[in-house]
Order: sequence, then C-alpha cells, then structure tokens
Amino acid sequence: MNSLGFPILSLMLAVPFVAGLACLFSSANGARWIALLATFANLALGIFLWDAYQIGGPQWQFVERAEIFGPFAWALGIDGIALMLILLSVFLMPVCIAASWTAIDRRVPEYMASFLLMETLMVGVFVAQDLYLFYLFFEAGLIPMYLIIGIWGGANRIYASYKFFLYTLLGSVLMLIAMLWMVNVAGTADIPTLMAYDFPPDAQTWLFLAFFASFAVKMPMWPVHTWLPDAHVQAPTAGSVILAGVLLKMGGYGFIRFSLPMFPEASAQLFWLVMGLSLVAIVYTSLVALVQQDMKKLIAYSSVAHMAFVTIGLFAFNRQGLEGALIVMLSHGLVSGALFLCVGVIYDRLHTREIDRYGGLATNMPGYAILFMLFTMASVGLPGTSGFVGEFLSLVGAYEANSFVAAIATTGIILGAAYMLYLYWRVVYGVQRNADAAAMPDLNRREMAILAPIAAVVLWMGVYPESFLAPMSNDVGLLLARIERAAPSSDSQLARTAAPATPADAEHGSAH
Amino acid sequence: MNVQLIVFLPLLAALVAGLGNRLLGNLPAKFITTGALFASAALSWPIFLGFMTGDISPYVVNVLPWIRSGNMIVDWSLRIDALTAVMLVVVTTVSSLVHLYSWGYMEEDPDQPRFFAYLSLFTFAMLMLVTADNLVQMFFGWEGVGLASYLLIGFWYKKPSANAAAIKAFVVNRVGDFGFSLGIFGTFLVFGTVSIPAILEAAPGMAGSTIGFLGMRADTMTLLCILLFIGAMGKSAQLGLHTWLPDAMEGPTPVSALIHAATMVTAGVFMVCRLSPMFETSETALTLVTFVGAATALFAATVGTVQNDIKRVIAYSTCSQLGYMFFAAGVGAYGAAMFHLFTHAFFKALLFLGAGSVIHAMHHEQDMRYYGALRREIPLTFWAMLAGTLAITGVGIIQIAGFSGFGLAGFYSKDAIIESAYASGSNAGGIAFMVGIVAALLTSFYSWRLMFLTFWGKPRWAASEHIQHALHDNHHDRPADEHGDSSHAKVHAPEGTGGYHPHESPWTMLVPLGVLSIGAIFAGFLFHGPFIDAHEGAAFWMGSLAFDEHLMEEIHHVPLWVKLLPGIVMIIGFLIALQAYIRNTTIPARFVGQFGVLHRFLLNKWYFDEIYHVLLVRPSFWFGRLFWKRGDEGTIDRFGPNGAAALIRGGNVLTARLQSGYLYTYALVMLLGLAAAATWAMAR
Repeated sequence: MNSLGFPILSLMLAVPFVAGLACLFSSANGARWIALLATFANLALGIFLWDAYQIGGPQWQFVERAEIFGPFAWALGIDGIALMLILLSVFLMPVCIAASWTAIDRRVPEYMASFLLMETLMVGVFVAQDLYLFYLFFEAGLIPMYLIIGIWGGANRIYASYKFFLYTLLGSVLMLIAMLWMVNVAGTADIPTLMAYDFPPDAQTWLFLAFFASFAVKMPMWPVHTWLPDAHVQAPTAGSVILAGVLLKMGGYGFIRFSLPMFPEASAQLFWLVMGLSLVAIVYTSLVALVQQDMKKLIAYSSVAHMAFVTIGLFAFNRQGLEGALIVMLSHGLVSGALFLCVGVIYDRLHTREIDRYGGLATNMPGYAILFMLFTMASVGLPGTSGFVGEFLSLVGAYEANSFVAAIATTGIILGAAYMLYLYWRVVYGVQRNADAAAMPDLNRREMAILAPIAAVVLWMGVYPESFLAPMSNDVGLLLARIERAAPSSDSQLARTAAPATPADAEHGSAH
Repeated sequence: MNVQLIVFLPLLAALVAGLGNRLLGNLPAKFITTGALFASAALSWPIFLGFMTGDISPYVVNVLPWIRSGNMIVDWSLRIDALTAVMLVVVTTVSSLVHLYSWGYMEEDPDQPRFFAYLSLFTFAMLMLVTADNLVQMFFGWEGVGLASYLLIGFWYKKPSANAAAIKAFVVNRVGDFGFSLGIFGTFLVFGTVSIPAILEAAPGMAGSTIGFLGMRADTMTLLCILLFIGAMGKSAQLGLHTWLPDAMEGPTPVSALIHAATMVTAGVFMVCRLSPMFETSETALTLVTFVGAATALFAATVGTVQNDIKRVIAYSTCSQLGYMFFAAGVGAYGAAMFHLFTHAFFKALLFLGAGSVIHAMHHEQDMRYYGALRREIPLTFWAMLAGTLAITGVGIIQIAGFSGFGLAGFYSKDAIIESAYASGSNAGGIAFMVGIVAALLTSFYSWRLMFLTFWGKPRWAASEHIQHALHDNHHDRPADEHGDSSHAKVHAPEGTGGYHPHESPWTMLVPLGVLSIGAIFAGFLFHGPFIDAHEGAAFWMGSLAFDEHLMEEIHHVPLWVKLLPGIVMIIGFLIALQAYIRNTTIPARFVGQFGVLHRFLLNKWYFDEIYHVLLVRPSFWFGRLFWKRGDEGTIDRFGPNGAAALIRGGNVLTARLQSGYLYTYALVMLLGLAAAATWAMAR
C-alpha cells in the first residue's frame, strides 16, 4: 500500500469505469450529468495526486501490487512523467463531456459510457507497471475510440475506422511478440525492473523495431500517419480532442517508458531512422497542412509535425531534448485539443469544416477570435505560451545532438506560422462572405467555460513551466543516467585551437 | 519597483482594454492605455537622466524563474543599464505620444479598445525585449513585438491586402527568427548559458575556436554572430528580409510611426549593440554587418526616390536609415548607431505622424500625386514635417574654430556615422563611407521630393477618388479606407481643388507633432555628448556596449572635406528636388520617358517580391499539393491501407467477414494474444 493509505490509482481507474456502467442504465440527461460528475471527481483526484506527489521522493510512488497469476500482476505506480500525462488526461475529460453536451443527441448513454471507459483505459496506460497490463490498457484504449468514430462519426466513418484499425493492428502484434520474448528472457513482466535490464545489443535492435512499429503508428510518425487526418475528420469534436490530446501521447510515452530505457544501444543505433522520419514529417506535413481546405485535416497534419518535435527531442539523448519533448507532449495535448474545440464551436453552428465557408468571424464572434488567436499562437510556438517552452527546449536538445537535425527542424517554426496564420486569416479575418456564417452568435457560457481553462493552463505553462517541469526532472535525470552511455556523438564539437582546425582535429578537439 | 511599473503597466492596460473591449467602451479604454503609457514614460526619463549624470549604476531586477532544464536556466528579469535606459525613453516616449495621437486619428474607428490594447501590448513586448538579461527573454520580446505588429498591420482585418501584409510580416520575420533561434541554440551549446552578461564575458575567450556546423568547420564566434544577425536582419528589414516593411504600411499610420519606424524595427540594431562585445570577436561578422547595412541603406534609398505613396516613401526611408545604423555598428561605432537610433526615433515618428495628419486631412488619400499646395491648408502639420525633413537630411553648421555649431538631430547622428565609417580605416568602412554619402544625397532628394509634392506647387486633389468620395457622398470615410499602396492608373493628376479644403487635425494629433518636433530639433544637440563623445560616452555607456573611445576620438580628426561632404550632398539633393518638382515639373516625366527600365526597376523595388513569389511561395504550395495528392493519397494510402483493403476484398468470405467487423477482429486478436501470453507463462 502507498503512503496515502488508500489505493488512489485503482480508485482513479474505478471511478470512470463504474460511472460508465451507470450511464448505460440511465437517461440521456442522466448520463450527461453522471459523466460530468465522474470526470470532475477524477480531476479532483488527479489534483490531489499532484499535490501528494513528492518531488525528489522515490521514483515510483503510490505503488500498488496484487499478484494475479504467473507473471501477471495488478501492478500500478507512477513517476513524475506519468503523473503529468495523467493530469493531462483527467483535465481534458470534463472538457470533452461538456463539449459533447448538446452536440451529441443520439445514443447519449452509450456515448458517455464509451468516454468514461476510455478515461479508465487512458489512465491505465500511464499507471500500469506490469508489461501485460500495459498492453491491455494500451490496446484496449482504442476500442472505445473505434466506437466513437464508428457510431458518432461523420459520413465516411467506416473508412476512417478501418484505416485506424489496419495501421494499429500490425504494430500491436509485433509489440506483443516482443513483449513475450522480453518476459521470457528477463523473467519478469515488471516494468521498473525491465527498465534497468540490459538486453543484448543485437536483440535490442529487433525489440526496438517491434515496439517502434506500434509507437510510430500511435505518434503518428511519417509515413504511417495517414490514418490520423481521416480519423480526426470523421471523429466528433470530443473524440478529436481525446485523440489529439491523449492518445497521440501514448506513442511518446511508450518511447520514454520502453524504447529508450530498455533498448538504449538500439535507440542510439537507430538515431538516424527516428530523426530522418521526424525531419521528413516536419517539412512534409507542414507543407501539406498549408494546402488543406478542411479545418480538421489541417490541424491533424499540424499534429504530425508537432509530434515530430517530440521524437526529435526524445532521441537527442540530453536533458533539454527530453524535457522539451515532454512539454511539447503536454502542450500539444492542450493546444491541439483546444484547436479542435474551436473547430467544433463553429462546426456546431454551420455543420461544415470547409474553410472557405467561413470568414470574417472576428466581426460577429470577437470572443471566439481572441481565444482562437491565443491557441493559434500557442501552436506556432510564441514565447509566453506553452508551445514555445516545449519547442525551444526540444530544439536546443536537438542542436546539442546534431546541427543538421536542428537546422531542418527549426524550419518548422517558419512553416508552422505560415499554415496556422493562413488558416486564421481565412476563418476569422477577411470579409463576411456567407450570410449564415455572419449570423453565427459568439461563444456561449458553456463554450467559454470549456475554452477559458485551457487558455489559462496554456499561458501558465508558457510563463511558469516550472510547475510542470519540476515533477518530471528527477525522472528525466534517471532516464538520462541510463541512456547517456549510448548517446551518439555530436557533430558540433568545439575545437579551441587558435590555428585553423581540420576535420580530423575536430575529432580530438576538447569536447564541450 | 519603478522598473516593474514601466514594463508591466502597459501589459495591465492592454489586458484591461483588450478583454474589457466593448463592455468598457472607447473612452475608458483610451484613458487607461494612454495613462499607463504616460506613467511609464514619466518613470523612464529619470532613469535615463540618472545614467547621464552618473547617479545610477546598472542593475538587474529578478521577477520570476522561467525555464529550468539542467544548465538551461532562464529567468524573467529586467536589466537596467545605459543601453536599456536609452531604449526605455525612446519606446515609452514615442509610444505615449502615439497613443495620444491615435485619439484623434482613430476617432471614427468602431474598434478602438482593440486598437489601443494592441498598442499597449506592443509596448510591453518591446520593453521586455530591451530589458532582457538573457537571450531567451530577448526572443520573447522579439516574438511579442512580432505578434503585435502582425495584429496591428492586420488591424483592418476585412481588407485582403492588410491580411496578406500581416502574414507576410510575421512569416518573413520568422525566417529571421530561424537564424536567431539557431544562434541561441549554438550560443547555449558553446557557452552553456543564455545569460547575456555571462556570454559577453566569455566571448573573447572563444575567439579563434572552431565548431562543427552542418558538416563544416566554422569559426565559432563568426558562426554565432552571423546566425544572430540573421534575426536582426529580419526584424530590422535589412536587404533580403526587408520585403515585409513596405507592405506593413497597410496598418494604421500611428502604428507605422511607433512600430515600423521608431521602435520595433530598431530592435535588430539594439541586439547587435547589446551583443557588441560578442560581435567584436569576429572581424568577418562585423564586415558582413557593414556590407548588409550599407547595401540596405543604398537599396532602400534608391527605391524611396520613385514611390508615390507618402507612407511608402517614409517606409523605404526607414529601411535606409536602419542600414546606416547597421553599418555604424559594423565599423565599431556602436555609440553612433545607438545615437542615430535615438534621434531617428524622434524625427521618423514625426514624419510618419505628420504624414498621418496629411492623410487625415486628405480623407485617406495617400498618393502624393494628388496632393500639392497643402502648406497653407494645414500649416501646423507643414511646420512639423519641415522640422522632420530638416532633421533627417541633417541640416546644421559644423563647429569651426571656437564657434560652436548647431544642427538638427540627423546632423549629429548621421554625420557621426559617416565620419566613423571613414575613420575606421577598413576596406568595408571605406565602402560604407561612400555608400553613406550617396545615400545621404538620395535621402535629401526623396525627403524634399515628398515635401515639394505635398506642400508646394498647385493643388491636384480634385481627381482623387477619396476626395471625390468625401465631397459627393458627404460621408466620413473611416481610417479603414486607408490603403497601403496607391495604384491609381493616372500618372498626371489634373490641377484643382475640386472645391475641397483640407482641415487641420485636432489637438490630440498636433500635440504629439509638436513634442516630436522639439525632439527632432534638439535631440542631437542636447545628447550628442553622452552618446558619441569619446570621454563622456565612455562614462555614459559604462560598458553596456563595446564603446570605442579611440574611434570616437578619431572622427574629430577626419579631413575637413569628409566633414563637409554630407552637408554638400544634402544641398545637392535638395537642389535636384527643387529643380525637378518646383522649377520645372516636366523633368520627372521626361526622366521616366528616358530611363523607363531603370524607373520600372526601382518602382518595382528591384523585383524582390516577384522573385520570392516564384522561388519560395509558389513552390511551397506546389510541394504541399504534391505531397498530399501524390504522396499521402497516391502512394502511402494506395499501397498501404487501400491496397490491403483491395487484397481483402479479393479474398474469401472469411476475410470479408473479418473486414466487416474490425472492432471484433481487433478485440479478438488482442485477446488471443493475451491468451497466448498466459498459456506460455503457465507452461513454463
């Protein structure tokens, strides 16, 4: 049992699960209220968890363990990284429920139950300390997402969920095989133990690739990203928020929890694979985002580019890179979630995502224009918003690792500004082209209550990121201690010789 | 505490006015923002004067920790030294006057709280930039002013041209920020810190070292300085990254005065001066700074001579004057660069606000071909513009044997720059000196051309669409009708007033003109001592920039012809303008007829925009579509999921059934997997 005297992590899994069951047996309105209360209860538990978490305390806190059979165990526990991702999840859930309050009017109890089940499974991913338990949560989390897209989605939802399925299936099968092998060799399914286990370097490469197949799809990395735009376009607003906000973070979490600590040598060896795919993603998907006509598709493509900053930071093998990647994950969760909510606000009014159908919204929706501007700026990484802190640290880390990576990745700040401001211009500025768009009312109280808290956290994370970095810094340090031995050498070696140095000298030049 | 008030009062005012907006109403929003700015200005001047008398020594106020990641330690803090103090008075003074001016200028705009909120937000960001103690906070201010500039250029968001200009400004600045960012990353890699004092202290020790960058070995300090300078080029609209500045004239004129003349665009010069000990370690970087500055000074001046839009003339003039500041910094005359920045802020803000007053009187007509003879109609504006013109062209009498000279602002600052370039003795300095002389001639020409076309000659406004509009529809056109580039078809406007008589602007606009006129007349005379005098300067700057006492002493010993030349070319420029626009007004048309190609080349601004459009903008969209249609849909999807679907469709009934229930299949596979795991585990 943990220091609190009650199994808080199990409780956070149980609250939405039980509430989800209750939803199935209640009316539409009842289900809405049950879901809202349950998600708020979990948010309260999450904040309590944040408060109770001891920074600089033991690596794994609030640990619970109950053997089931064989190597299977109900093993839960969190470190600072998991804590922050849990907070992101429980923060976004009430937002999602509120965003679906009126937009969903069909099969409401089932919808709310799906969301609550998803919350259980998402939190489960971040708290699981048993390999198989993690696998169960990780893969099962997609089931409610399929349901949400497949039942409450748009016209082309079957194709979207099919694509989603196909991509994920292959990855998860390979990951499962790798897990079986690992448990067999290491003799344990305990994640903390495995994180310190040294697999033979040649086996590491295969294991890394097997996990990579799954995480790269979840991230998503280029070229296995094409399911994301379709899934986003078809998903209802709240589905997109959870998809972009939390589900995409599971890939990054997987890299931090598995790939890097368990296979450090393979991670270093495949440095250029990860970096290469990430760099292609930044340039390629940013350009694709520039020419989109569908708002959700544009934001979906921008997500792929932003997630590439995560992988670049993670595989930089240094503190700034890792911490930057983590902040990008948190920030992107909030900002892209908020951007999808912004799309949802006007989608609910006009029922189209076509950019050209809007225009001039600053005139009739000034409040909306301000918030949309804030999230746009956070997305392009304006200092003072959360987006900057993450992108900046991740690029600092990338430069320390390799100047090519940093130089190409930094073009993302130019392209990002171009496609986001171009979007903002076409939707919010300009003349009012369509009478129906011009007649749309500004944000109502519910919508304001959904967006304002996200805006507040985006600014908080941008101005004083210490609140979010501090709980994670110890764990990043532990991860660094584990992987530093394998860190690839940087190309930016400093040579302090007065005479002009030749490239050969640089190899021996006094390292920084 | 004063410093916090100076910086954060504008932020507070911006938040109140911006979020209060229509709830609050126009008048309270204007009072709050303008009041906050005047308070900031009132608190700033004592600090500046304190540095002049030597009563204050530099200090740093810590506000809040910002980013902590290993040895990347960044704080929100406010650094106050002589360099900051100069910027504080420039920013708060011009900003408060522009706030006041906007009461009159924006009187009929329906969206005033938003405008004033943006202005105050800009001021806050600019103050954060100039008080930065580390590179990252400087970058915060840098991007913050970029945001405010974007918002203000696009203030009249219904106009497509304003939106295009706003995006262009932001994105082109981001190209500069690409360099700035890499510069910060590299600086952190080399020095292990982003604290400016720590970097400047360690910089000389890094001279001569090399570093790997993109597969090359580069001189460390040269690489870092050039990367940082690319950022400065973007913000200060230097040749290559200048294209956004003329388009930025789409914004309301007070914005042009504050952001695109007096303050934001000088941030690049400020950056180079702030980091001057770093730049001093790299001869190559300084030479680059000199050449880029000189090239810009010349380029922008040539383009300025043929523009017809009054604001565009002043915009190119700004671009050109920024070039002067850069080559001053490049030859090591940082004090002179800052001095020109200081005086330029007054006379250029004056010229812009004067132009705004003319535009206001002319119902938002901006084409000088439709002006003429306004001297008598709006005399106060005329006198203010005259002071500005005399200041920018550098009118004054040099000191001869005991007889103390006097001149207007530009006389002290621009001449100091030209003399420093000569005195520096380097090749780059020599070229910069010659370019500076030619650009001074052009400056005088285009400034007087503007004056003559606007205030002298016969009235030509009868044919102006804006005036026609005002006369016949009897409606007050709003400032939103202002347009960035006059592209009327006619070249020759017929003479005549059309029965319209321009009216002088209200006092809220005239008071700032008056105050800035005083600045334009006396700023040079009063402050040249602390800024550029060899002895007073060293005591004033106290190491806040790399002040070169020797060079500043040298400029007093340049040959007499060097001292006289700027004045001579100034008079030549004036005489050419006089001849062409007063005495014989057929000369411009004949010139255009004879040198049509040259005229078109200049009128089209050396075709930079067209080249960029073909080389960068169009290919970006083309590649975007290619990657989307051919890449994602044509390749990845076709051979990936769609290919798999086709395979399944061609398969047997079993797979068809699987396909119809992905969810069940998925759950099944997952459970089978777990079951396999369990079996395996138990079998062992």
